[in-house]
Amino acid sequence: MTKRMRFLKILCILSVVPGIYASTASADERYRPVQNERVLGECGECHMAFQPQMLPKRSWERLMGGLGDHFGEDASIDPKTQKKIHEFLTANAADSSWFGGRFMRGLDSNSAPLRITETPHWIREHNEEVPESAWNRPNVSSKANCPACHRRAHLGDYDDD
Amino acid sequence: MTFRIPKCSTFIAAIMMAGCLVPVMALAGTASSPQKEILTRYAAETGGIAALSAERGREFFMARPASGKSETPSCTSCHTNSPFKAGQTRAGKTIAPMALSKTSDRYANPKKIEKWFRRNCKSVLGRICSAREKGDFILFMTSQ
Repeated sequence: MTKRMRFLKILCILSVVPGIYASTASADERYRPVQNERVLGECGECHMAFQPQMLPKRSWERLMGGLGDHFGEDASIDPKTQKKIHEFLTANAADSSWFGGRFMRGLDSNSAPLRITETPHWIREHNEEVPESAWNRPNVSSKANCPACHRRAHLGDYDDD
Repeated sequence: MTFRIPKCSTFIAAIMMAGCLVPVMALAGTASSPQKEILTRYAAETGGIAALSAERGREFFMARPASGKSETPSCTSCHTNSPFKAGQTRAGKTIAPMALSKTSDRYANPKKIEKWFRRNCKSVLGRICSAREKGDFILFMTSQ
């Protein structure tokens, strides 16, 4: 191999690497969209049906066990529906796959946050990037209102930040 | 000689009879709309339709009991003080207007109605609502 060819080869590799990196980085905040009709119907009546990959199983268990006082509101549902939703959420939780989801990063092994906004991953992603004033915009009103800024949140796409 | 109705007239007679039946059926249809059925059901527990009052329903909706959870002192905290306006949940989701004229599929599903009365009465009033309160409320909202 001539020197010139070796140089071209290295150049080729170097030009491809950032491309691969960029494509994976841009697809970083993607989650499976919720398609479960029960979850969309029941949870989605009051707030976006958050993707279950955003909390560990133990959080979903705590949350589903306390629907009578759900962040200050009675969100109780009939036992059959509750069981089905519980199954869906825990089966798809952040720690449901062997490699662990993004929302498991930095999470204490015995902590079971009830709010996605209390997870280390959420805090890392929002704290430096989002100014305090953005939370006070009238169309936002709550940190639980993901679609106010992430227009494609319902599709599991949070890349638009 | 036996009297025989020609087939053609039988057909016409059938159409005429059906024609008479249509308005009757239409009337029956309005009389038993899902909203009316639900009102009748609540009224039966509280002394009949005449015992319900849309005005009382309006007062109930506009009141600020503040006896439930602090986050929801009144119906209007989420639903706004106009039945014709869209409201917003605390998590920022839009709630369709409460007036039947604005949201035509409201007050039609008994299970859904009971679910929301059960939750929201507890959240706003800190207790369950009576059949009369529910009837008054639906009578008011279906008249809007």
